Amino acid sequence: MIHPNKNRLRRTMMFLNCQKPGLIKDPYIYAPDSIMLDLEDAVAENQKDSARFSLYHALQEIDYRGIERVVRINGLDTEHWREDIRVCVAGGADAIRIPKTQYASDVKTVDMAVEEAEREFGRPIGSTLLMAAIESTRGVVNALEICESSERLFGIALSGGDYTKDLQTVISGTGVELMGARQNMIIAARASGVQCFDTVFTNLDDMEGFEKEVRMIKMMGFDGKSIINPRQINVTHRIFTPTFKEIDFAEKVVTEIDEKKAQGIGVFTVNGKMIDIAFYDGAKRTIELAKASGVYEGDL
Amino acid sequence: MINKVGREIPHEVLNLTGKKPYMGYLEFDNYEYVKSAPKTRAVVDPTRTKLVSSIDEALDKCDIKDGMTLSFHHHFREGDYVVNMVMERIYARGIKNLRICATSLGKAHDSLVPMIEDGTITSIRSSGVRGGIGEAISGGKLKGLATMCSHGGRVRAIESGEEHIDIAFIGAPTCDEYGNCRANGGKSDCGVLSYAMVDAQYADKVVAITDTLVPFPNAPASISMINVDYVCVVDEIGNPAKIASGAAKPTTDMRKLKMADYCTQVVINTPYFKDGFSYQTGVGGASIASTISLAEEMKRRGIKMGFGVGGLTTPMCKLLEEGLVDKLVDTQDFDLGAVESIKKNPNHIEISASEYANPFNKGAYVNKLDFVILASLEIDTKFNCNVVVGSDGIITGAQGGHPDTAAGAKCTIVIAPLLQGRIPAVCSDVTTVTTPGETVDVVVTDYGIAINPLRTDLLDALKDTKLPLKTIEELRDIAYKIVGTPDPVKFKDRVVGIIEARDGTIIDVVRQVEPVE
Repeated sequence: MIHPNKNRLRRTMMFLNCQKPGLIKDPYIYAPDSIMLDLEDAVAENQKDSARFSLYHALQEIDYRGIERVVRINGLDTEHWREDIRVCVAGGADAIRIPKTQYASDVKTVDMAVEEAEREFGRPIGSTLLMAAIESTRGVVNALEICESSERLFGIALSGGDYTKDLQTVISGTGVELMGARQNMIIAARASGVQCFDTVFTNLDDMEGFEKEVRMIKMMGFDGKSIINPRQINVTHRIFTPTFKEIDFAEKVVTEIDEKKAQGIGVFTVNGKMIDIAFYDGAKRTIELAKASGVYEGDL
Repeated sequence: MINKVGREIPHEVLNLTGKKPYMGYLEFDNYEYVKSAPKTRAVVDPTRTKLVSSIDEALDKCDIKDGMTLSFHHHFREGDYVVNMVMERIYARGIKNLRICATSLGKAHDSLVPMIEDGTITSIRSSGVRGGIGEAISGGKLKGLATMCSHGGRVRAIESGEEHIDIAFIGAPTCDEYGNCRANGGKSDCGVLSYAMVDAQYADKVVAITDTLVPFPNAPASISMINVDYVCVVDEIGNPAKIASGAAKPTTDMRKLKMADYCTQVVINTPYFKDGFSYQTGVGGASIASTISLAEEMKRRGIKMGFGVGGLTTPMCKLLEEGLVDKLVDTQDFDLGAVESIKKNPNHIEISASEYANPFNKGAYVNKLDFVILASLEIDTKFNCNVVVGSDGIITGAQGGHPDTAAGAKCTIVIAPLLQGRIPAVCSDVTTVTTPGETVDVVVTDYGIAINPLRTDLLDALKDTKLPLKTIEELRDIAYKIVGTPDPVKFKDRVVGIIEARDGTIIDVVRQVEPVE
């Protein structure tokens, strides 16, 4: 059975440092689709314990009102990741992000540890989803097998900072250095039916550049963007909000496909465009995006 | 005795002060009284000079003695030197049992603490007190009572004769040798002298203290020579860097922007948002952001503001420059942009504190307000606000025009983040009531918006918007769920201060705080 939240809407995934309890109580007011509670890079090496403590209590006590709670654990090359997983599962995190994923076996290793923790803490087996962060050229090359490595995996995400280091270049602001990774990852993700998320945009003062980048990755097919400041949320949601024309078209597609399917018709036209079943999922997603953006008034 | 906001006012406090408990914000409507008047000495001899060589000489000529009431104004804010330089000379004389009637006292006046401890100062009237003086009062060191009042309430007390000032000290950015004072020019511009205007009219003796003596006549004068007894020239009356900060910058804090957006949405969805509306807002990040976003909405809809009141900041002055507001009436400038604006824009007008907010005159500007946007330390489920006493029980803020504008405006909006650090801003009972809930209409927090159930018209106007409307109890519950239910502050029995409502009744008392163990 597919996890009910595996394909949920994830336009924005906001990073929050678990070392700062004052920050992690607030996502509700900014309303991203998901939050990324960070135990990894944002947390100082000697504060990993206290960050886990804050994480556990936040997961247990704070009502995030439907915002998905993903936790970025420490890398598999550290001594922290096993305990991170235990705390995530014990606290009831919705998903875990695996950093620096290079091989399918990395995901499988985490999958097993998560299952072990689910048994230990009495959580339903399979209830904790996974996502993989791809941060190296090896990871990009192996994207397809990573996407197909676990039933728990709902998506992959590009981490541009580490990836460009591995590529021996830098983030230029034009996106040219990330183009290959973005293309390869989105194709791998779509081929295997998981979601794909873009890297963070770190220049908070350049909202124009940010907006341009979000428009580009939406056009490329990405499901959403990693966010480091609440200022970036509304812009992303606005760009991912379908236009009324798109919504109208999607409504017709969904309704017509449902009707025509019953009548045994496979191909037909809507607004002069040839439509078949392949359009169905895309149209459903447009409706979902419209609902999440608060602009949908239909009854689909 | 229990007053209208449910606070017990001890009989001994009522007896000691001769005051009544607060019974509702309209209780004194149409109240008749005779205004007070100062003792005045005629200056007939044209050769007599008003210039004195030092503060000491001014004190001698004013015949300063034990038990007097001295007044000060706070347009220099944290950069004020006048209070300290006058009080140091008085302290040196060993004079005791003084009452300080200041428009506000802050951290700049911490040097008054030893004077409170040794009985030089035994009672205080002020809009509020921050820093060491607040701690000293809350710690029980002031022998008499502190009276915390609004700007309008202070003027009411002076004009009605309840508070009689023996000597008023006026820090004048420029002054001529005959006592004409202006707020502009010189080295310590402060924009306006609104609070000091009333003191000058009603005090028995008036001393202007300036660091910039200008040729006679210094006209048009904010404070006229006809009310000034002596002029004293000193090196510096204030630190301009602390009088007014630089131009207020728009915030980038999303929490504040979110609250500002909610606030703007509330404003534009009420029936009062129409051509010619009036508006007052404060200096906080959310208030400034709200002014900026409101301006965009005004441009979009082709709506202009009739007048703005303040406490003014650069964003409000920009509205004037852009023609989005017809007039600004000004009692205090919070930044350099506002100080510059009043110098150059004829539609930016200085008004007295009485014109601004006195509830006992024949009508004040606050009564003509459509909207006021205010901040608060705490708001309770009865919509009562506390802007004076911290959640630790220590006096740490000032009422300013809070209760005045809340009472006057058709739509009073209070903005506060739901949590101030670990302290819930929305709570079951505020530590101390300063502004009655019956005058507060909307509470905007980052977690949602509550409308006072008394305002069914506003509930109707906003019910179909996409705003996150909640009850005030729901907001409190969210706050308590996140940080827990706070324990009540521990107070001793002794009353150290009263919170005076703008009409002169007692809305609450402040008790001596128990030291934290």
